[in-house]
Amino acid sequence: MKTIIYALFVGLISITSSQVMATSGGLHLDTVEIDITDQASLQRGAKTFVNYCLSCHQASFMRYNRMAKDLGLTDEQVKQNLMFASEKIGDTMTVAMRADDAKKWFGVTPPDLSVTSRSRGTDWLYTYLRTFYIDDAKIMGTNNLAFKDVGMPHVLWQQQGYLKNDVETGHLDTDTKGSQTTQEYNAMIADLVNFMAYIGEPSKIQRLALAKWVLLYLFVFFLVAYPMKKAFWKDIH
Amino acid sequence: MFSNLMGWVDARFPATKLWKEHLSEYYAPKNFNFWYFFGSLALLVLVLQIVTGIFLTMHYKPDTALAFASVEYIMRDVEWGWLIRYLHSTGASAFFVVVYLHMFRGLIYGSYKQPRELVWIFGMFIYLALMAEAFMGYLLPWGQMSFWGAQVIISLFGAVPFIGEQLALWIRGDFVVADATLNRFFAFHVIAVPLVLLGLVVAHIVALHEVGSNNPDGVEIKKNKDSNGNPVDGIPFHPYYSVKDIVGVIVFLFIFSLVLFYMPEMGGWFLEYANFIPADPLKTPLHIAPVWYFTPFYAILRAVPSIAGSAFPGVVAMGLAIVFLFLLPWLDRSPVKSIRYRGILFRIALTLFTISFLGLGFLGTQPVTELYTLLARTFSFIYFAFFILMPIYTKLDKDKPVPERVTFK
Repeated sequence: MKTIIYALFVGLISITSSQVMATSGGLHLDTVEIDITDQASLQRGAKTFVNYCLSCHQASFMRYNRMAKDLGLTDEQVKQNLMFASEKIGDTMTVAMRADDAKKWFGVTPPDLSVTSRSRGTDWLYTYLRTFYIDDAKIMGTNNLAFKDVGMPHVLWQQQGYLKNDVETGHLDTDTKGSQTTQEYNAMIADLVNFMAYIGEPSKIQRLALAKWVLLYLFVFFLVAYPMKKAFWKDIH
Repeated sequence: MFSNLMGWVDARFPATKLWKEHLSEYYAPKNFNFWYFFGSLALLVLVLQIVTGIFLTMHYKPDTALAFASVEYIMRDVEWGWLIRYLHSTGASAFFVVVYLHMFRGLIYGSYKQPRELVWIFGMFIYLALMAEAFMGYLLPWGQMSFWGAQVIISLFGAVPFIGEQLALWIRGDFVVADATLNRFFAFHVIAVPLVLLGLVVAHIVALHEVGSNNPDGVEIKKNKDSNGNPVDGIPFHPYYSVKDIVGVIVFLFIFSLVLFYMPEMGGWFLEYANFIPADPLKTPLHIAPVWYFTPFYAILRAVPSIAGSAFPGVVAMGLAIVFLFLLPWLDRSPVKSIRYRGILFRIALTLFTISFLGLGFLGTQPVTELYTLLARTFSFIYFAFFILMPIYTKLDKDKPVPERVTFK
């Protein structure tokens, strides 16, 4: 019996250890703190997202008015500051670029980013967006540590500047300075990834808020049900 | 008033009779332990899956162009859709958790043995139907793992000699997994298999209530009856086990809710990360792994070497791994049911079998390496040896004397 319990225990451990993300490719990923209840961070992330991502990429499952509600903004504020690609507040985040054209220009159609945080993982996104480096062999002039030979150019070059890949140390060093310090850039990307985590599953906010009430209810139910069981069973010997 | 109404009904339908036979006067052994919660929990999860499934079908679109987006629509735009979807996806894995524990209970206490062979056989058919149900349900979100998992499993039928290619084509309805496949899997998943499943569950319970429940001592309680003809060691299922199972249900739902609300992907085990990428027939994922509940059999499939370039031997081995489970009642020659009074040989065999099954489950999730293949072969060998050698070691085993009455407390 002990061995069986032990065996089950070992099985449980192997289950709770995480599955690999869709693509980690063996690269060490930098970790990023995610807090989708931090509205200020989400607002900053949304600003970066609509300005720099939402020209080529869509987030076609995400509605502007849902975002307004969850980010603590009014519909008017969203229309003024975050809506450049659509007309109606109930629209989803789509782009005007045609998929066929995009494929011609980049080699692939830029993927929809609605649930990318759930397939790639937030650490991957945080690493990917910070590891573009100069590579003259590529059409776009840059390559990426997390996503080798990626078709996407280094969109945030104005902020980060350009990095070069030191082949000997394997580290990325500054080649051209950008408008932001490394800390500022990292913070901006952390907010952006936080926003992408949010659009990956907006209902996560409700999910986490509801969780404790469900568990509390079950706990109270247990406090009633267990003594009831005891009472019924007291005569069974 | 109420007794009048019940009298009217009973004269036309055996409502009170059924209630008595299956609940208030169904005598179950009083010594059920922890392992006996999983039968009623499986029933609970079945109901949960059916109810949440009905609501999902109201919003899901079985069309390759719309399926992926319709799931995200449920997750975002349908009121409480995220909860219904997570109840269903977490419920699928929970179903296998409770069913595997329920089956393991049968193994340790010999619940498959005479006179409960048919209870076991019906149960095995439920397990088979459940695997079909889960497999076809997993295609519906139309993510990368949905597509490629189905592609791999259906192509296994292609390994059957002579008719294989035609068979795989017939199952898919197209040359690759496509819209036709999605539509038929939807039909099977929402109506055909659930109907079979419900019928089998009824047969499983009717057969069980005909012969009576086994218990951790493996003692037949019907051998000792009181003057009223009721088993001395039996207690009516209702209210005793109904109130006890409620406690089990609460504990189960607590753990279930922890997963559902805090980690619905369960670290990629319940919802695979790659399934958040829409199905792309042109892009094969680097690593295709089935969901955790299929991995032991997937590991057996990969462990068996191909013969003349055909994976058919592996497919046969995978099938036999299930077939042997069906034969369990006749392979076990021991007069003793419960592991409590079994000899050392069965205990060792069952321990090795359990380790092998869990080991295969782990290996089925991993990419193939030389070491893992060796391990998978060793575990597969033990898996089959457990069944093939069973008539011998259960006969040779030095069992302990079984008490007349059940032990309690």
